[in-house]
Amino acid sequence: MTDKLDKTPGPADAAPEQVPPDIIRAIPVRHYGRWVSAVVVVAVLGALVYAFAQGNVRWATVTDKLFDGSILTGLWHTILISVVSMAVGLILGVLFAVMRLSKNPVTSSVAWLYIWFFRGTPVYVQLLIWFNLALIFPILNLGFYKDYMTAVMTPFLAALLGLGLNEGAYMAEIVRAGIQSVDEGQTEASHALGMTQMQTMRRVVLPQSMRVIIPPTGNEFINMLKTSSLVVAVQYQDLLRSAQDVAATSFAVMEMLFVASIWYLALTSVFSVGQYYLERRFARGSLRSLPPTPLQRIKSNLLSLSHWRR
Amino acid sequence: MTAQPMVKAEGVHKSFGPAHILKGIDLEVAEGEVFCLIGPSGSGKSTFLRCINHLEQINAGRLYVDGELVGYRQKGDKLYELKDSEVALKRRDIGMVFQRFNLFPHMTAVENVMEAPVQVKRESKAVARERALKLLDRVGLADKAGNYPSQLSGGQQQRVAIARALAMDPKLMLFDEPTSALDPELVGDVLDVMRGLAEDGMTMIVVTHEMGFAREVGDSLVFMDDGVVVEAGHPRDVLTNPQHDRTKSFLSKVL
Repeated sequence: MTDKLDKTPGPADAAPEQVPPDIIRAIPVRHYGRWVSAVVVVAVLGALVYAFAQGNVRWATVTDKLFDGSILTGLWHTILISVVSMAVGLILGVLFAVMRLSKNPVTSSVAWLYIWFFRGTPVYVQLLIWFNLALIFPILNLGFYKDYMTAVMTPFLAALLGLGLNEGAYMAEIVRAGIQSVDEGQTEASHALGMTQMQTMRRVVLPQSMRVIIPPTGNEFINMLKTSSLVVAVQYQDLLRSAQDVAATSFAVMEMLFVASIWYLALTSVFSVGQYYLERRFARGSLRSLPPTPLQRIKSNLLSLSHWRR
Repeated sequence: MTAQPMVKAEGVHKSFGPAHILKGIDLEVAEGEVFCLIGPSGSGKSTFLRCINHLEQINAGRLYVDGELVGYRQKGDKLYELKDSEVALKRRDIGMVFQRFNLFPHMTAVENVMEAPVQVKRESKAVARERALKLLDRVGLADKAGNYPSQLSGGQQQRVAIARALAMDPKLMLFDEPTSALDPELVGDVLDVMRGLAEDGMTMIVVTHEMGFAREVGDSLVFMDDGVVVEAGHPRDVLTNPQHDRTKSFLSKVL
């Protein structure tokens, strides 16, 4: 009950006359090296900015086309294909991670084969394979559904299959690492309570593995946002392709690449913030007290600032 | 009812690969009894305990809980392995408390206690929560219901773990060195809770190094060494007047 400690000294335990400690005022060490390196770095940075300012860049075009209708449509398509592919990747990742860890040798070998193939070939090649599937299967026949492959394999579907299946292989390994990071005692405790394998996985193991799974998954998603630019190969109208289309008619090649870069940076920045909050959510229980969010930190800083002023 | 033992082991053997851990264990635990297992580390006490709720599968012999075979179904003279779901069903009636607590760290104390009743017995959350709070009160932690395990001391965590096991209304409680991972000053609280359970007539099998607890609360005591039962009897007799040399030398080291 230390929090009930009385801070005001009573008459009985009044402290004897306090001698203020002799505060040390020493001359701090001078770090000359730091000054030199700072000057060098600033100089290089300045030269770089100067070069771009002098370069033949029509900056007005960049700001002009930033919110162009076709660019915004491309941006939306990039977000759409990234999110949907990532969702497919996550579902496949959990599925194949569980299969890989299963005691059934057939399912675990199939999972191994899947990971081996989709992680072992370039995603660009995979995109092209899906896109050109009609060359070997002109007609898609699922028994209950039959159509020309070219009609089924739209640019969106080819992009989704290419990115999603590739992502699934990476996610499977991330999820597997997460599952294996959970202490065996947790599974035992859950089993001892009479919970089944499925309940143990869903209620005990997966929630705890999330802490290990989320940070690399955030990386994967940011990677996905950028890798999605490869879908240009399958004629999908994403951000990069929209930028290139505008460039082709306006002859502003570099300008439009800058526009695309600005949007990619904006997307990855926004999702990094989201990742921070997601990690914080799943840290519950593993940290004694959660770190403050940036917003809370700013608030408390302002508060302390106003205290200090008074 | 009293005639049938709660746990009965007949020639139980267990090996991990080439390591022969249990070399023929025979013992009986009566209903309502506090049964203490002592012995040096590596003697197979914990392994035997884990066999009782089928966390480990025995290689030879027969093990019965409440008259039913553990892990198998017998038809004629053939044994059939039980399905995972059937094993899970039997484990409902056996509570287990681990040396390292093994609380679920992503759930609060009360959520830990509610988890099995809600998931396994399909109780409503409201009912389970009310009972969980009562159980936490019983182990003296009513005010810690909303805390995560990382915010509790070792002794508090172990008491939550006991409450979690009790939430399934077990007819048998297994304790695997429940106080070995605790700071000395926290051991007492956990032993008090166990003493209370014993007074309420719970059948308990306790693997322990707490000789005081065994002497005071135990109804019978078994000294195990190297995978066999060396000596069995009333705790007072075995602890104060051991017959075998191995028991004597072990007790001289721990008492």
